[in-house]
Amino acid sequence: MSPVIENLDLYVDGFLTSLSIIVVAMIGSLLLGTLIAAFRVSPVPPLRAFGTFWVSTFRNTPLSVVLFFCAFGLPELGINRTFYFFGVLGLILYTSAFVCEAIRSGINSVSAGQAEAARSIGLNFSQSLRFVVLPQALRTVVPPLGSVIIAMFKNSAVVGAFGVGGDLWSTGQTLTSARGYETLPIFIGVAIGFLLITLPAGAVLQVIERKVAIAR
Amino acid sequence: MSFRRSALVATLSAVVLTAAACGGGEDEAAAPEPEVAEAPEFEAGTTMAEIAESGSITIGTKFDQPGFGLETLDGELEGFDVEVAKIIAAELGIAPEDIQWEQTPSAVREEVIEGGEVDMVVATYTINDERAERITFAGPYYEAGQQIMVAADDDTITGPESFTENPDLTVCSVTGSTPSEQIREYLASDSQLVLFDEYSQCADALGNGQVDAVTTDNVILLGFVSESDGEFKLVGEQFTEEPYGIGIEKGDVAFCEFINETLAANEEAYVAAWEATAGQIEGTQTPELPEPAECV
Repeated sequence: MSPVIENLDLYVDGFLTSLSIIVVAMIGSLLLGTLIAAFRVSPVPPLRAFGTFWVSTFRNTPLSVVLFFCAFGLPELGINRTFYFFGVLGLILYTSAFVCEAIRSGINSVSAGQAEAARSIGLNFSQSLRFVVLPQALRTVVPPLGSVIIAMFKNSAVVGAFGVGGDLWSTGQTLTSARGYETLPIFIGVAIGFLLITLPAGAVLQVIERKVAIAR
Repeated sequence: MSFRRSALVATLSAVVLTAAACGGGEDEAAAPEPEVAEAPEFEAGTTMAEIAESGSITIGTKFDQPGFGLETLDGELEGFDVEVAKIIAAELGIAPEDIQWEQTPSAVREEVIEGGEVDMVVATYTINDERAERITFAGPYYEAGQQIMVAADDDTITGPESFTENPDLTVCSVTGSTPSEQIREYLASDSQLVLFDEYSQCADALGNGQVDAVTTDNVILLGFVSESDGEFKLVGEQFTEEPYGIGIEKGDVAFCEFINETLAANEEAYVAAWEATAGQIEGTQTPELPEPAECV
């Protein structure tokens, strides 16, 4: 493992870059995914149609293609931002479709009587969603949502191929090709970097799951 | 990992190549076919004997490098690296149509040699000490130098020092290539460096204003300049020396010496190969075959 020790500073930089991509993308995709899920169950047909269109577009397109359109398509339209921005944006768009479907399954698991009761005491659609349905729905979707988010953590490695320098994946690439290190130890180091993020995330999820579990 | 990567590279290059192909370009003169040696004799057990006996050779090159290794729309490869490889193959008794070409972007070249997936790599492959620890270099067969390409209407960048002076400028290169490492010492911060898998992606990013400059070896940049219809230009002097070598399996001294002797014996074909390929690009000069380095 000495190549990893020798380049520990590069690994730490790569780890922090990957971590920042992951945190921003997690927050973004959770918010956006919840919003799209609200669209998909809303009583307004155009919003429902938009939600369905969004999910079928981003769930059925490979991540590398979404990232490609972000990094090379948007600049053609005159939108010039950093590749970090485009990479995180692509990751959020792609992941939001999966987050949306996980949350929608939770919403469907809340019995219709709950929503009806909420409407009957005078709450409007968004109020009943916010105060009655979503709090119950989110509790049941912690495990599937967790899987979606952890999958996104790992997908973040693909962003490294789209101009975002210095993340864990491209650090590994630089070390193996330009500096001529052996591939295996270097990428074991990269894998450890990801495990340092995903394993604690899994543990946190378990804690959350236990905390919010509904006693049935 | 490597499978996923190559699949990604393949997808991207398909898209990029299709897009690049729309730009069009003048037809290059066909390089003269090298004379294929008939039933050459080699000492038993050498790489040359093995290849000559099998009747085919697998060669790694780039598929996206105008002037050196570029896949045309009809699936043919053209470029100086391709022609140099053909000269060597011919000396082994292998006709150009019996060569299996493997796409080897900068980041995978040592891997495919070590893994035995190719017999040699001729892919604008700069000789450096770190790489020489893993593989053996024959040659050099060409001396390039690193330079900077910018948009034609850009007057702010005059050389690598511009990146030190203005930390807002970004420069694109290829992940794991020597130019991407050498430009680092001129950068005020690491975030100025944008890395992709292939130079064609850097050229696209420069074309749509996402990066301010592209840096790599001058001949590669000249290829993009000539294809850009005046959109790009080179600025500043060459600031490094990049001797291109032919990568082969580590320690295969006999094969290395054979390649060096083959090149030395075929100087005419070498010059013709240059003039038919990279020599067509405006601003290039026909090189002389450099003195070969010692085979180790």
